[in-house]
Amino acid sequence: MSTINLTVNGRPHTVELQDLTTPLLYVLRNDLGLEGPKFGCGLGQCGACTVIIRGEAVRSCSRPVSAAQGAEITTLEGLSANGKLHPIQQAWIDEQVPACGFCQNGQMLTAKVLLDKNPRPTDADIRQGMANTLCRCMTYYRVQAAIKRAATTMEAAR
Amino acid sequence: MIRFTLIPRHIEDAIDPSRRAFMKHTGLLVISVGAMAAVPSALAEAAGQTAARGADPYPDPDFRQLDSWIVIRPDNTATFYVGKTDLGQGTGTAFRQIMSDELDIPYANTSCVMGSTDVTVDQGGSGGSDALQTDGYPMRRVAAEARRVLLEMGSERLGVPVAGLAVADGVISVKADPSKTVTYGQLIGGRRFNVTLTGANVDATTGVAKLKPVQELKMTGRSPQRYDIPSKVDGSAKWAVGVTLPGMLHARNVKPPVAGAKLVRIDESSVKDVPGFVKVVSKGNSVAVVCEREEQAIRAARQLKVEWQKPSTPPFPPSEELFKYMRAATPAFTAPVTAAGSPDAALSSAAKIVEAEYDMPFQGHTSIGPAHATADPSNGQMTIYSNDMKSYGLRNGVAQFLQMPRERVRVIWMDGPQAFGRTAADDAGFEAAFLAKELGRPVRLQWMRQEETAWDTKGPAFAFKIRGGLDAQGSLIALDWEARAADHNHIGYNEPDSVLIAQFTGQRRATPARGSSGAPVEMYGIPNQRLTQHVVGLPLVWETPVRTGNLRDPNGPQTAFASESFIDELAAAAKADPIAFRLKLMEAAQEDSGFKKARSIATLKAAAQAYGWEPRPSPEPRATGDVLTGRGVAYAIRNQTIAVEILDVEVNRRTGRVWVKRAVIAHDCGLVVNPEALRRTLENGFLHGLSRSTHEEVTFDGEKVTTVDWRSSPTLTHRDVPEKIEIVLVNGDPNKDRPDLPHYGAGETVVKPTIAAVANAIYDATGVRLRRAPFRDARVLAALKAANA
Repeated sequence: MSTINLTVNGRPHTVELQDLTTPLLYVLRNDLGLEGPKFGCGLGQCGACTVIIRGEAVRSCSRPVSAAQGAEITTLEGLSANGKLHPIQQAWIDEQVPACGFCQNGQMLTAKVLLDKNPRPTDADIRQGMANTLCRCMTYYRVQAAIKRAATTMEAAR
Repeated sequence: MIRFTLIPRHIEDAIDPSRRAFMKHTGLLVISVGAMAAVPSALAEAAGQTAARGADPYPDPDFRQLDSWIVIRPDNTATFYVGKTDLGQGTGTAFRQIMSDELDIPYANTSCVMGSTDVTVDQGGSGGSDALQTDGYPMRRVAAEARRVLLEMGSERLGVPVAGLAVADGVISVKADPSKTVTYGQLIGGRRFNVTLTGANVDATTGVAKLKPVQELKMTGRSPQRYDIPSKVDGSAKWAVGVTLPGMLHARNVKPPVAGAKLVRIDESSVKDVPGFVKVVSKGNSVAVVCEREEQAIRAARQLKVEWQKPSTPPFPPSEELFKYMRAATPAFTAPVTAAGSPDAALSSAAKIVEAEYDMPFQGHTSIGPAHATADPSNGQMTIYSNDMKSYGLRNGVAQFLQMPRERVRVIWMDGPQAFGRTAADDAGFEAAFLAKELGRPVRLQWMRQEETAWDTKGPAFAFKIRGGLDAQGSLIALDWEARAADHNHIGYNEPDSVLIAQFTGQRRATPARGSSGAPVEMYGIPNQRLTQHVVGLPLVWETPVRTGNLRDPNGPQTAFASESFIDELAAAAKADPIAFRLKLMEAAQEDSGFKKARSIATLKAAAQAYGWEPRPSPEPRATGDVLTGRGVAYAIRNQTIAVEILDVEVNRRTGRVWVKRAVIAHDCGLVVNPEALRRTLENGFLHGLSRSTHEEVTFDGEKVTTVDWRSSPTLTHRDVPEKIEIVLVNGDPNKDRPDLPHYGAGETVVKPTIAAVANAIYDATGVRLRRAPFRDARVLAALKAANA
């Protein structure tokens, strides 16, 4: 058994693991009980498992847990602060984006990183930045509208 | 081995803390003598021992009891129990709207519980977009009956005849003295109605109260936000895939590498070194590995050495030879031919004949989340946590498959990835239950991506051959239609003898379901026609990844691709405007009881108006450099719902890329309950149709499916989304304001015309007719080059 220390949504955790090559996703879901990140493909192709590490949208299904040691990990559960939804989450509600909702973890966290890096994205920036985050309910049209809405809200708050 | 004697409560408590307690306290959950007689004595003894600890059997809630549908609490809130499943299109919100309207209780004071088999009546779960169409009325009737009963109780309490009472927002008041009031909660809160309903079956459930006229519905037609969205956004939603039970094991399947392969031997020593390894479970050609942790099960499934024997003949032709194969195959089944007039005579007298063949490949459901389920065998019962849209069918099927009494099996329905039809979620439920029974511990099973994309059921491939005849005036006088669907052995929902594990373990049925083909049902008056519908089979019928099952409007998009492309070809041959050509055909149709003719005409006109359609024949290629632009229209009916789509496309003649830039969608599904939720369902459904138009195709070589992930099985992405999608909600009923305007389904029709609309727009832009979908870049580029366009 090896011990690994993870900081998730601001809280430290210690996990005992046999295999440190275990993808971060399974540790987040099965050991820490976080249901935000989902298993979609295990190949880093769809984005359902996205978490944020060091300001980057990371596919936790194909990132070994050992590589996340010591880093600050943010999951969907950690997006809101002080009981207040992040503007992206609020925009998602205002636009009534989710259908089944399974992929929306990846949509929201990828959008968060996109807006953090590029607060005023063009339509082309959004299409490009979100291109590898898949949704099989096809909520894309409203996801894009919500990103624009969130950008406006975040701009106004600055 | 650990034995669990109590069904863990925490999951179901999270879903509905009050329901089972309510039903139990009020005596709804009584073990019937008849049911117990069917339970083997050992199980009955076990049940007797555990019953004291709260592990009751799960009899069906009685649809003829008002208490099965509505519970009103002392705080004047109501919960509606609906036997449907909401896969994210807002049907739960819609039920709250129509039921709170009929009950006269504030929408905000209601909640809705759906889909779990032991607390809701079996209304079939989801399917056929029938939640509002079929189940809306019974739900309105039971809510109206509850209101009627409450008014009678109020009359007794207040000493005033019902005619002298008013009711608003769950409060009954005396008309002559509004200070005299009593709330629903005060009258019935926490207690049973004990009112018997009538009806030959669940769809006919009714009391004696009359429904309100449409004009008196206050929440219906408004757009409260969907109640399921906040938890999906803040991460607090509980998903079937996230169920964790004490002592739970993790399982993964090991599928044959080649379709039709037989298991020769398993070398279990190959996984003995995997930490947490528990067991290889194998029966017939089914193989699964079970471990303590999820990543261990994944590793063990990859590492397990299994020897398979390939079948002696190829299971199917390679996908590039599929349509040749389908056209040459002897049909397994031919539906009775529909004929009108004298098609042969009319064709031979026609001024112009148009002939075309269309090819539509297999397409997958390809859920974003692979199939999964968790099964708990505690107490000699079986509880399955699943997102299967037909949870009731899963319960019945698993009970039969495991030879357990129905009363000892239940499905707790939870949120999960939607995939619009009969998916491997059905299979996973059976597999998890099978493994849980074998292991005697709770088992969580999930499919891997490769397995899901390759082995999930497919929408059938179609090959069409159509001839049409125009008279000298350019009117369509004859149609000769032949469709061939590769749909033999269409897999039904949750059948204990056709799910994959039944096939692999040698417990399958002897005769496969024959499947179905397709023919147009749109409202066109064509005097002479013959509609022939064949079903053909692939060589391997069972244990094959190329298996078919319902996919969102199962044969609709394929059939409409051919029929609405062909109408466009006829319009072009007649040098007629494609909308004017369709309108003329609609005008010639016979009206039906649902006013589909009038509503089709209204919907087509509404789309044309919203688009700003200027009549002209197609094609009219207009180029700006490498990009050609065009417009296309298509129209479809499914059941009673009508959709018309008009699309603007850009076709890049250098790359072959097709981009739909603008979409106008007109839609008539009768009375609209929640316009904003409907708009999203239509936007998303249209994009699903667009994905099937430009991206999706299942491919295979002579041994196996070769679409196995998101690279080999591309789907629509953010890049492909139109700049603008405009939704026009149409009420084309000839008597728009009738008090009984029906509500029809909305989940599927919008997917049906899209492929044809895209093909028609490409033709308008380029003058090149694409008769093989999907219109991927390479296919479009090759067609443009071949036509020198």
